[in-house]
Amino acid sequence: MLLELSAEQEFFRDTTARFLDSNAQVAELRRLRDDAAGFTSDYWRRGAELGWTSLLVSEADGGVAISSSGLVDLTLVAYEFGRHAAPGPLLATNVVAGALSAAGADKELIAGLLNGSSIGTWCISEAAPYDGLGDMVFEIAVRGDELVLNGVKRPVESASEASHLLVTGRTGDGLTQVLVPAATRGISVLPMRGVDLTKRFSVVRFDDVRVPAAAVLGRVGEAAADVERQLLHALVILNAEAVGAMQRAFDMTVEWAFDRYSFGRPLASYQALKHRFAHMATWLQASHAISDDSARAVAEGRPEAGELVSAAKAYIGEYGAELLQECVQLHGGIGVTFEHDMHLFLRRVTTARVLLGTPDVHRRRVADFVARKQVAS
Amino acid sequence: MKVEVESLDGFRARARAFIQANLRPVTRRAVASALRANRSDEEELAEIAREREIQRMLFDAGLAGICVPLEYGGQGLTPAHQRVLNAELRGYEYPTRAQVPTFTPCLAVLLEFGSEEQKRRHVPAILKGEELWMQFLSEPSCGSDVAGALTSAVRDGDEWVLNGSKVWTTGAWWSDWGLCLARTNWEVSKHSGLTVFIFPIKSPGIDVQRIEMLNGSKEFCQEFLTDLRIPDSHRIGGVDNGWTVGSRWMFHERMSRNSPLVTMPEGATRAGDAGATMYAIARAAGRQADPCARELIGEAQTLQVVGEALRRRIGQGIATRAMSDQSSAIARLFVGLAETRRATIAFELAGGAGAAWSDDDGELGEWGIDFLMRQAMCIGGGTTEMAANVISERVLGMPRELTPDRDLPFREVPRSRSSSG
Repeated sequence: MLLELSAEQEFFRDTTARFLDSNAQVAELRRLRDDAAGFTSDYWRRGAELGWTSLLVSEADGGVAISSSGLVDLTLVAYEFGRHAAPGPLLATNVVAGALSAAGADKELIAGLLNGSSIGTWCISEAAPYDGLGDMVFEIAVRGDELVLNGVKRPVESASEASHLLVTGRTGDGLTQVLVPAATRGISVLPMRGVDLTKRFSVVRFDDVRVPAAAVLGRVGEAAADVERQLLHALVILNAEAVGAMQRAFDMTVEWAFDRYSFGRPLASYQALKHRFAHMATWLQASHAISDDSARAVAEGRPEAGELVSAAKAYIGEYGAELLQECVQLHGGIGVTFEHDMHLFLRRVTTARVLLGTPDVHRRRVADFVARKQVAS
Repeated sequence: MKVEVESLDGFRARARAFIQANLRPVTRRAVASALRANRSDEEELAEIAREREIQRMLFDAGLAGICVPLEYGGQGLTPAHQRVLNAELRGYEYPTRAQVPTFTPCLAVLLEFGSEEQKRRHVPAILKGEELWMQFLSEPSCGSDVAGALTSAVRDGDEWVLNGSKVWTTGAWWSDWGLCLARTNWEVSKHSGLTVFIFPIKSPGIDVQRIEMLNGSKEFCQEFLTDLRIPDSHRIGGVDNGWTVGSRWMFHERMSRNSPLVTMPEGATRAGDAGATMYAIARAAGRQADPCARELIGEAQTLQVVGEALRRRIGQGIATRAMSDQSSAIARLFVGLAETRRATIAFELAGGAGAAWSDDDGELGEWGIDFLMRQAMCIGGGTTEMAANVISERVLGMPRELTPDRDLPFREVPRSRSSSG
């Protein structure tokens, strides 16, 4: 998380933190384990009132940013989500709201996302072997005045709760994005099982789903830049959330190392363990640093933003999961029980590691940025 | 009297004008390695002469010692000004060797503990490029355990007589002054009997020997001090109070390029641009499109950009007091591990040429030698194990390691297997 927050940002972060302290307690997270949605609509509406969904939306569409960058402000919410393993479709709704606002979509629709009365989600990822970034085979064909969607998207966050689906697919060699009401004929949503206690994902199948040309965001076949921007927003949120979960797990484990005695001395006194904590502290600070730097680069539209975001995803994906597993190891047996809270954060970081590209996918993406620079120079 | 601080924009304009008029852009080599012994002594001396010249030009232009007080010839500006200068210097030559250890830790220690006379004599000389400094800290018998120094200083009237040996001084053969930790009292505990001195390196009584590293580099030196006589005015801080100086000295050493005293163009690392270097090796091997090679290139570049972000964060955290000074050990630990990983990746990408190469292998050659030198990145400037101790004990507050030598008179401290009886 940012080292220096403005007074307004700190107030904003603290408001969300206090709201989650009371409304996303571990008992509530455990209760939601068997809830189909993974969050309550009342909780989500109240969170939306705190500004969770308004940060990527233009002022004209009702958006409210705290600082000069709503995306950077949003990382503060995402960080607190990670620190609390909080429920709710934060990434999905924000990316869709931002995309709709950028495309000049219907204000009423955006207003529903902003006030938390409706949920939107982004259908982007596909099944293996097309689960690398940019490997999409989902088809959006133009047929007369209509577009016809065919294919399968998975995993799609909170698809069962979403009123609208933002669908990204191929039209010939280009990318197209359409906004589809979830109730449209030909769409089927099949809930998946997953590792997170409160995040829900589905397989969304599209069989000859017909939508009018007005459903297109931007232009047919020319959505690549929009998709890239949405992807960067999504990755920034995902990374910030993972860092929050890492911080919480690390803090819990440092506490434990001081409290837990074996052979008459605290775990914190063993050099073999102290050095592991030193490495974890380094991974954690490095994750904070690259998460914040990459978010700022996206916010400022810097040319290296894509490279930094992928570097952040590769690093946090790898070391976030390693840090959490180290925290489990340092707890011993209690660390792999349902009773202990560690798994709440392990689940969050594990999910973040693989969504929208595994670390190796992002390392190759970083390499592609490097290659482009070398070929260009 | 309140002096108006120069605005960052005004400073930027001034720095930019100077740089464009006076400094040469560096031609970035596609392949860069921090570990190579790749220049002759003549080339090295020529580079040093040019660096002294640049330092003098910076001084004359009012761009040397940005955060050094005005009364000692500095600019009395802020770390933010130093960052602006670093940004403006991106892609240009700069006095590389004057930075570490001259500006930090040596200049930093002088500013913090030097007498008025010492500061007035040496600080301007450093800022003008007239004095390059080295730290006489490590000894053959103690690397990480620097407070276990055996080099002795004995008082003789107004003078001190030093005897002993120091090691791992980078470039002592072309440097001017040394900052030295010596033992002045053997009857008290190890931290209580140390004193810090300074002296010109080209003195009778100092024999500088160059150490040949396994890759042929002779950058490092060992010095033998034999009845070296220096005046008491060359003492820094109180007699037997050397550890007070020494612990700040080591802090300033760990700060390295995070120090606001250090000028370091953005994007400049000793090892160059990791991604570009790895890409060049992969291309020389005809492997640049191979997914495995791409993953390694991406990993090296990821570690580089994460390392830069971490360095900025730690620097900012320490400057704003959001983090303790000791947090610099976090950056040190990261860099050591990232650089060793990078050496491994380069070696991996070079394939069979890592073991044997010919002149026409171009960018595939030499990586095996770098791999042999790999651990230097986790040893030099304080080992990564020491950094891990500092992070766990000083940053996280975990219990200190047992140190049986702490409370013994130093003379009685076991110093080898045979003396530990």
